[in-house]
Amino acid sequence: MTAAEMLSIAAFHEGRHAQAFPSFGSERTGAPVVAFCRVDDKPIRLREPVMEPDALIVQDPTLLLQVDVFQGLSPAGYVLINSSRSFAQLGLGELIGRLRADRVLTVPATELALKYLRRPLPNAVLLGGFAAISSEISLAAVVVSIRAKFKGAVADANAAAAQAAFDFVRREREELSHA
Amino acid sequence: MSQSSVKFYQTGTFTVGNRLLAPEVRAVQASGARANALNSGHRACQGCGEALGARYAMDAAMRATGSRLIAANATGCLEVFSTPYPETSWQIPWIHSLFGNAAAVATGIAAALKVKGRNDVRVVAQGGDGGTTDIGFGCLSGMFDRNDDVLYICYDNEAYMNTGVQRSSATPPTARTATTPAIGVRPGNVFGQGKNVPLIAMAHGIPYVATATVAQLHDLEDKVERAMTMRGARYLHVLVPCPLGWGAASEDTIKLARLAQESGLFPVFEAEYGEVTSVSKIRRQVPVADYLRPQRRFAHLFGRGADPESLAHLQRIADRNIRRFGLLRDDAPAGVWTAEQAGERNAPAA
Amino acid sequence: MLEQTEGSRAVAASVALCRPEVICAYPISPQTHIVEALGEMVKSGALAPCEFINVESEFAAMSVAIGASAAGARAYTATASQGLLFMAEAVYNASGLGLPIVMTVANRAIGAPINIWNDHSDAMSQRDCGWLQLFAETNQEAVDLHIQAFRLGEELSLPVMVCMDGFILTHAYERIDLPDPARVDAFLPRYEPRQVLDPAEPVSIGAMVGPEAFTEVRYLAHARQMQALERIPRLAEEFRALFGREAGGLVRPYCTDDAETIVVALGSVLGTLKDVVDEMRADGARIGVLGINSFRPFPLDAVREALQPARRIVVVEKNLAVGIGGIVASNVKTALGANSRRVTTVIAGLGGRAITKAGLHRMLRDAVADRLDALHFMDLDWGLVNRQLERERARRRTGPAAEAILRDVGTVAARVS
Repeated sequence: MTAAEMLSIAAFHEGRHAQAFPSFGSERTGAPVVAFCRVDDKPIRLREPVMEPDALIVQDPTLLLQVDVFQGLSPAGYVLINSSRSFAQLGLGELIGRLRADRVLTVPATELALKYLRRPLPNAVLLGGFAAISSEISLAAVVVSIRAKFKGAVADANAAAAQAAFDFVRREREELSHA
Repeated sequence: MSQSSVKFYQTGTFTVGNRLLAPEVRAVQASGARANALNSGHRACQGCGEALGARYAMDAAMRATGSRLIAANATGCLEVFSTPYPETSWQIPWIHSLFGNAAAVATGIAAALKVKGRNDVRVVAQGGDGGTTDIGFGCLSGMFDRNDDVLYICYDNEAYMNTGVQRSSATPPTARTATTPAIGVRPGNVFGQGKNVPLIAMAHGIPYVATATVAQLHDLEDKVERAMTMRGARYLHVLVPCPLGWGAASEDTIKLARLAQESGLFPVFEAEYGEVTSVSKIRRQVPVADYLRPQRRFAHLFGRGADPESLAHLQRIADRNIRRFGLLRDDAPAGVWTAEQAGERNAPAA
Repeated sequence: MLEQTEGSRAVAASVALCRPEVICAYPISPQTHIVEALGEMVKSGALAPCEFINVESEFAAMSVAIGASAAGARAYTATASQGLLFMAEAVYNASGLGLPIVMTVANRAIGAPINIWNDHSDAMSQRDCGWLQLFAETNQEAVDLHIQAFRLGEELSLPVMVCMDGFILTHAYERIDLPDPARVDAFLPRYEPRQVLDPAEPVSIGAMVGPEAFTEVRYLAHARQMQALERIPRLAEEFRALFGREAGGLVRPYCTDDAETIVVALGSVLGTLKDVVDEMRADGARIGVLGINSFRPFPLDAVREALQPARRIVVVEKNLAVGIGGIVASNVKTALGANSRRVTTVIAGLGGRAITKAGLHRMLRDAVADRLDALHFMDLDWGLVNRQLERERARRRTGPAAEAILRDVGTVAARVS
């Protein structure tokens, strides 16, 4: 279950239309995946890869060298990268500098996942972070989406991790705005 | 008047005649109440082993199932001669789909019956050697692997007869066919090719595998009926001589089937879950030449210019089968041939 | 009931609502999620009574479906691309025997070169086999079409392919309204076969038919598809009345009444085309879209009628008939008869290449200005192609084009000695 799919479920639970799909359906488990999600208040008829994203969530920063993920990103776009390092440390300082500071952030999602889930699965965590950084989706909807796909203790752990990411991002943004 | 017992030495084959036997051991065909599943009027050649085998096998299956039987048939002689549109010889529900899918179609029928709770109705798939050992092999193996509740009967006349006698993987070495002509350095079909489907069936570990011939018709019926007492994937491989394709006299069909078994070239046995459970012992072994000589498809093994090594090689195959399956009686009467003796007997006429 | 779910899973749920009795499955991208979901339902008992059979090939899948259907069971399978070709002999057999099997084709390109992504070449390769071919524009329509397909097939005694774009639809998560089971039962009664393998009434099925009767039998197959032309819209109307939404039918026009230019297409690209058309209309263009829902039987009359107002027709198709050009376009031309001059064939989206709004805008601007060739390849890299053709003229190479390009370009692997 990709983050894009979970995002679409969260949007659905907020009464919106959402379309999530992979760019290359993987024929092979473990292959790099780029997934897209479109959200709208009316039915979505368009079927094409998202080429001018309003938001970018990077789950695996090692892929930043292989895929030009920033292509087409709106100057007012959101960027959330799964990393415990800063943009500068990731070599993205200049690129990120052209975007709005309050809409871009790195989040140590894998570390949070390991802490709460004991597994390096950062999907739900990143969505929690995304809910904090953008107004597109609420944390409550993210949690509903988590509980739709996971059950019992696993769902609880994912929800807790998403909450932790949400809080982390909120704190970081406050620090930034006070800086 | 004193009574003396008469020993019919043919008793093992019940060829003395059904009327002298107790009713319960008579052949299905002896009964007026037989199903005639494959009825008369079909267009088979005179002396067709397949028509004979199918008639016995299907009526035995009908008796065993109380006439609750559905058949799937591969493309081939049996299908073609039994259903010359708009007529049909089949008095049972019967479907012909394609050449290579009889086993899969049968699987589908069995699944439908299961889903509808009709466990009383049984399924038989039929095909020739071409449709079974070659083009139908994948579907056959799949049916075995899933242990689908189907009895698959292969009528083996050792070539693609319907289309004009082309070689199949069941064609014996040295045999002449339209695609393995009896010319050149190694005339006829090549040694070291082909496949033993009964053994492959056993390797799948299915509940029941058996071979039979049309020389032991009661044995054929028994095996079909035994198979019908079991559920799961079952395979019966029947040797059915083809006068036209083998170049033999049409009245020799049963005789040739008997010689095939008694030479050791066609072992007759049963196996359950991959282990041999019974064999039909050879009553009196014959050298392979006795079996091969009446068939023109083996004519190049005899006479001037023939390579004696071919016959010797075939004899070795027969001997290996005899050893492997234990086909000789322990109390084998005089006249049993060793390989060396058979070699002399097999020597081409000067 | 509304759900946000993957297209494949929605289709599986829909098929399950149709109470299939025998499902046979062989995996191939991009249909696998459908049969996996169905397998789960059978194994858990959620879908019962149903036999789920893991077969050893697509040829076996269709053959098992044939046996099951002939014995009176409602049978279903799914495939794509190479799998559809592998079962081709059995596909023809199923329609020739008049068995109402329903099969999802998750449209995918056919190799060589091997390609797992979407185009329509697989369905098109079987357009003459006698199956009904219905194309879904959205996952909702895919869900709805399967329900219609079982009813249609069983009424006409013909098998039905429900075509949906692989990955684009099968792997997309979107909002689906899953029909209510009671309503599906009301729409789709039990399967009552015309002829069935049953010891109570023996019948021989599949005899060889010679020259004296073959033509008549084939004509009757054609006649049955012609009956479908009338049945399909009536069924779609019945569906609409019962379920409250449109799905299926023969064609679906959008803004065509006063259109000067009409774009014709099948499947998911229709959604993108409608967005483009809205934008072009906002700029004053008189343009519309005609979706073809039933490709077989091809609705000649409905297509001709719908295209009546247009001066210019652009057929956008995701397949290429090598050696001649368009397939859908030639069917459209047949519908138009003498007026077929107005048709431009646009080949797009082969092997999963995205058909974008931007690309369509570019192409349609040219179309409206009558700048397009009769056969146009959208978004083709002419530079690459022409350089390769030039190299081939200079030095003949046998073998596959894909590898030849690499060799000639000097890619390392090709030069390993």
